[in-house]
Amino acid sequence: MLFRHTTNKVADRKALNVNPAKTCQPIGAMYAALGIHGCLPHSHGSQGCCAYHRSTLTRHYKEPVMAGTSSFTEGASVFGGQANLVQAIDNIFTIYDPVVVAVHTTCLSETIGDDITQITAKAKESGKIPEGRYVFHASTPSYVGSHVTGFSSMTKAMVDHFAEKSGKKRRQVNIIPGYVEPSDMEEIKRIAKLMKVPCVVFPDTSNVLNGPQTGKYEMFPRGGVTIEELKTTGDSLGTLGLGKLASGPAARALDTKCKVACQVLDLPIGLKATDRFVDALRNMAGVNVSDDINIERGKLLDVITDMHQYFFGKKVALIGDPDQLISLTEFLVSVDMWPIHIVTGTPGKKFEKRIREITEDIPVPVNVKAGGDMFMWHQWIKNDPVDLMMGNTYVKYISRDEDIPFVRFGFPILDRIGHSYFPTVGYRGGLRILEKILDVLLDRQDRDSPEESFELVM
Amino acid sequence: MRKIAIYGKGGIGKSTTTQNTVAGLAEMGKKIMVVGCDPKADSTRLLLGGLSQDTVLDTLRNEGEDLELEDIRRTGFKGVICVESGGPEPGVGCAGRGIITSINMLEQLGAYADSEKLDYAFYDVLGDVVCGGFAMPIREGKAKEIYIVVSGEMMAMYAANNICKGIVKFAESGGVRLGGLICNSRNVDNEKEMILALAERLGTQMLHFVPRENMVQRAEINRKTVIEYEPGHPQADEYRTLAKKIDENRMLFIPKPLTIEELEGLLISYGLAA
Repeated sequence: MLFRHTTNKVADRKALNVNPAKTCQPIGAMYAALGIHGCLPHSHGSQGCCAYHRSTLTRHYKEPVMAGTSSFTEGASVFGGQANLVQAIDNIFTIYDPVVVAVHTTCLSETIGDDITQITAKAKESGKIPEGRYVFHASTPSYVGSHVTGFSSMTKAMVDHFAEKSGKKRRQVNIIPGYVEPSDMEEIKRIAKLMKVPCVVFPDTSNVLNGPQTGKYEMFPRGGVTIEELKTTGDSLGTLGLGKLASGPAARALDTKCKVACQVLDLPIGLKATDRFVDALRNMAGVNVSDDINIERGKLLDVITDMHQYFFGKKVALIGDPDQLISLTEFLVSVDMWPIHIVTGTPGKKFEKRIREITEDIPVPVNVKAGGDMFMWHQWIKNDPVDLMMGNTYVKYISRDEDIPFVRFGFPILDRIGHSYFPTVGYRGGLRILEKILDVLLDRQDRDSPEESFELVM
Repeated sequence: MRKIAIYGKGGIGKSTTTQNTVAGLAEMGKKIMVVGCDPKADSTRLLLGGLSQDTVLDTLRNEGEDLELEDIRRTGFKGVICVESGGPEPGVGCAGRGIITSINMLEQLGAYADSEKLDYAFYDVLGDVVCGGFAMPIREGKAKEIYIVVSGEMMAMYAANNICKGIVKFAESGGVRLGGLICNSRNVDNEKEMILALAERLGTQMLHFVPRENMVQRAEINRKTVIEYEPGHPQADEYRTLAKKIDENRMLFIPKPLTIEELEGLLISYGLAA
């Protein structure tokens, strides 16, 4: 009972956060940067920031995450980090030879106002950036937004820095997959391939953070979008940004910069959201939906109908990132589950409004909060218990204390594998989510049912 | 040891007034350390007869954290110990953090230790207190006594009033007090009366009225305080008087800052009365 002191009495809090449901901007920025082939992320700040961000990503993906740091000292904080960054760029290209260095800032370098554009220009001028190599950056102070904001800013920076318009259209679609797992990015590419739509997916961490064990360490694995591909995004037929928060800014930036029309959709998690994604892809590329995809969809629909009795009316508490939660809530509602406590740590008023719309027809009260924390979520659960909880690894403490079934979903997952290899997006991803939910719900029913109703067939 | 911080609007003459007054105190045989808290590092120029080349932060950057007191201290007029914090060039880095770093460094190195037998430590702080770093000299355990250099010009009075707001905040937590206003005359109409009235409204005193005198400028061009450059000049006596008043002053106040309306009212009644 680690959280035995959590009471059910919800107090109005203004200043205090207990167990926040979000983390630092640079974590998202670092993750996005790893979705470029041959990219070394670089943290412009003190060493501790970089160490924490790398270790969190490493624990989640079970892969070594490499990144540089400007190693700020007291002197750098006072005089500015120009000397450190220029030296770092020189060292990185000399020793590790990446194609691109993606710099993100930290609270410290943001607060003292380091001008990264000017510093990288200076590095270029003094010959520290070799021909055919690149340095770009995103501004990621952690006192604004969350890790999702960092991901979003770094993805937008890719557009700002690399997208070019040659004037000649290419028959390809840009897909910005959002802050999802490498396996999800792989799945999105697979769906596009099944529909015979050539696409540029960026960032793309598949085969970077879920690569094979080959016995040989590669600092820059074979996955990731290439700079050449990124440059062509300005000539594409259109852009699909998946997830308003994570992909919206990059998709719109591409529209503004290169006049590539964009559509910003929900993450394709669950039946309806995947339908919208497939439909938008079909329209944008002018293709038909292949039978393979229809068959996958039919399988998901089959499981929903076969197992509907176990979903219906089950109360669920969800915690995680906004883009994921919006689609997941919609999915659960579509199988007649009742998501009643929904919290994200990422601030944003639109989130609450959207969740309210999705859960409008649920016949019981629904709690929703953007910028909330796990403590409040736990209190809500104490006051109105649920049958299932979904969230990142940190939820396991609440799950154990309250003895409530728990499905891991979101970031970070530090104590299980699977997320790197099996997607939650697309129709197949929907199947996986339902399988996981049914596993824990039916296990619980088996555990608790008296012998006379301990069923063989369920 | 008395620790004194001098604040006031930028360009009002804080550094000039501080150094001339310190020269007066030094003449009285006091042992003094002046800490310049301005990235321009020009707070000890008149006492040293030129700009100090080695600021705390430059030394820290060049030599690393393994510093000795002697690396950053210089001795000036009549044994006055001079230290410049220094800071980044304009437009980069964080000057506020620089002041925090260098004052911490001075404390660590024992610059204020009893063995130094200091009578006074003066902090000469840049213009407005724009961020936490510039308030470092009046934070807990540092300067307990503040003098604000002001003139009869509106913006100078406005700045003085703003600084008082900062003092109130630190007075509650750290025990810092306002010692009074020092009027560095700009020959504004009714200046003395106006600053006397401002001091009264703020609940403090006008410690001294320093008349405007070109000799100050001449001494400055020669990199000297008036007391050193022209010891017999009446202006030198003005600074000696100010030094004596500071030495004898025991009246310390928690100021009551004015509203903008009150401040403007004061300006109208005195400025237009002339």
